[in-house]
Amino acid sequence: MRMSRSLRWSGILMLLLLLLTGTACKKKPPPPPPTPQTPPSPAAPTATLRAVPSTIDQGQSTSLSWNSTNATELRIEPDVGSIGPQGSSPVQPERSTTYTLVARGPGGSAEASARVTVNVPSAPPTPVVPLPMQQAFERMVRDAYFDFDKADIRPDARVALTQTAEFLRQYPDARMLIEGHCDERGSTEYNLGLGDRRANAAKDFLASLGISAARMETISYGKERPFCFESTEDCWQQNRRAHFVLLTPRGGGR
Amino acid sequence: MTKRSKNRRTRQSLWLLVAACVLVVLPRARTEQQDWFRTGTGIGVEKVRLAVPAFAARRAEVETPTGVFNSTLWSDLEFSGVIELVSPSFYPLQVPSRLDELQPDAWSGAPTNAQMVAFGNLQTAGQQLVVEAWLSDVRNPQAPPLLAKRYRDELTEESARALAHQFADDIIERLSGGLPGIARSQIAFVSDRGGGKEVWVMDYDGHNQRSISKCGLCLTPRWSPDSTKIAYTAYDRSTEVPRTNISIYSLVLSRRVAFATFPGTTTTPSWSPDGNEIAFSSSQSGDQEIYAASADGGRPRRLTHSRGVDISPAWNRLASNQIAFVSDRGGPPQIYLMEIDGGNVQRLTNGEGYAVSPSWSPNGQLLAFAWQRSGASFDIYVMDVATRQTVQLTHDSGRNEQPSWAPDGRHIVFQSTRSGRNQVWTMLVDGTGVRQLTFEGSNTAPHWSWK
Repeated sequence: MRMSRSLRWSGILMLLLLLLTGTACKKKPPPPPPTPQTPPSPAAPTATLRAVPSTIDQGQSTSLSWNSTNATELRIEPDVGSIGPQGSSPVQPERSTTYTLVARGPGGSAEASARVTVNVPSAPPTPVVPLPMQQAFERMVRDAYFDFDKADIRPDARVALTQTAEFLRQYPDARMLIEGHCDERGSTEYNLGLGDRRANAAKDFLASLGISAARMETISYGKERPFCFESTEDCWQQNRRAHFVLLTPRGGGR
Repeated sequence: MTKRSKNRRTRQSLWLLVAACVLVVLPRARTEQQDWFRTGTGIGVEKVRLAVPAFAARRAEVETPTGVFNSTLWSDLEFSGVIELVSPSFYPLQVPSRLDELQPDAWSGAPTNAQMVAFGNLQTAGQQLVVEAWLSDVRNPQAPPLLAKRYRDELTEESARALAHQFADDIIERLSGGLPGIARSQIAFVSDRGGGKEVWVMDYDGHNQRSISKCGLCLTPRWSPDSTKIAYTAYDRSTEVPRTNISIYSLVLSRRVAFATFPGTTTTPSWSPDGNEIAFSSSQSGDQEIYAASADGGRPRRLTHSRGVDISPAWNRLASNQIAFVSDRGGPPQIYLMEIDGGNVQRLTNGEGYAVSPSWSPNGQLLAFAWQRSGASFDIYVMDVATRQTVQLTHDSGRNEQPSWAPDGRHIVFQSTRSGRNQVWTMLVDGTGVRQLTFEGSNTAPHWSWK
């Protein structure tokens, strides 16, 4: 008689529980809640969110995929919005973004996030140069010009480079990039080499005046970055040059 | 005057006239013979007279792809330079779309006078496009067809184009006595139409133009021998001090693959025929010299030791122990040859003017280059390296540079300003058949894939 009574009470308790939780039985018991905030009620929602691949270049897309249990209302922000309990969606963020999935259900809510890192081609960092140095540079440093198809230092280039050396002596922390350029008439490839000869010729001349080579970087732009675009002797001469760019000084920071 | 003396006078005038004609024509005939090289295999063989009636569309849904297939096939065969396409106005009224529909006599007889007929149809099998194609010798109707093909691909216009290229290549290879077909080859080039100069790729006929780099300033593209990668000169401006480097883009992986960086200016890559090494120019020693390294830039070894600029190496595709390059060691740039250990350096061009852009023919015997002789514009020339005999391919047509050979050894792609801006053009190696491939922006530095 005692057994049947406890059985009866268990039965009523079970019935009450069933009525409380309502709908169809789940296939497995709900897993424990993922965060401390989620109340330990049965059937709390869970959610996972992944981005594959997690690192992309700007302009490429990646795929968000998610899974959830016990959720009836799901959203991914930003951009994606309302979604179903499982699925995937392509996204193409312009910059690095953390996507957050919020899953709500009768048992509460759950969150998951996935970070997508977007490699943006960066603009070249601008040099930080103290104002007096910048002003002196603009006053004292001039391009050095060359004859057609030559990298010899002409008398007028000698004068310009001597003054550039003086600037570098007055500002011992100053560093420079020397660009070698050509006019439009030669071939693209050979001009890459000729521009390199001109940049190095200017660098060697400055070194011969006592400037440390470590303070001078060189690059050739061939005929790719002309100063002017006309097909005249005057413009061609302006383009056959070693051009100087002030870099962040030694010891100076960004 | 007697009748006899009148006749004699007439005959004398006639002989004078003939003599005059011969004197005028003969010198011109001789120079024309000098201006023509025998290039590639199969030259000297008469062109085959081929009729190509339109392939039939056997289903409504293949009608548009069939139109694309037919025009692509015709263009490919016309471009090859080894086929004489019979004009459709001479075709018989009844056009076969299956082997059992072919009436050989109707095609081999007048007015068609074809030697071969290529014909077939397009249909579907499930979701796929299927092309049935035959090449028959209508002068030997008892013999089985030279080609009996069945090609399959997706049911799209692009696939129809690709299948036409494939059938065209199959026909060329069958009929040319050894030449490879080039209908599936590609051309890399530089275009500024998107803003800065980037590396682009297109089909050999100018279709499917697309960019593969994102540099801002990228130059000098060169295909790897197996067509899976393109190496090029890139400017990296992500740091305060910009740098040049060799970049390699893998078309299979759709991304760049590693190549070492070097101090100084690094430019103009060129692949070895086995694809295991890359020659390039670097000023790490203070001035531009030619180096060779493994395909990832490892183990570089220096090949040239000469003050001044040594640049634009071109590795001989057949005699892989030879590299041509450009040097200004003697004054203005000229074209030189050396062995791959850097030895036996010899100047190939005669020292006049400004000679650059060497490009080897697939058989390793001819060198195309760009030459600006005194007072003239840049033109494309071809030199037989063994004899140094040189012919001029472009004349009075703006500025012509950066030649690159097609895999069949019969075509050259180059850049020209003849239409105004720099554009990419192709031509046969006798200077005829000139075609413009690009129209938008400024397009330069073309390089034809090796296959």
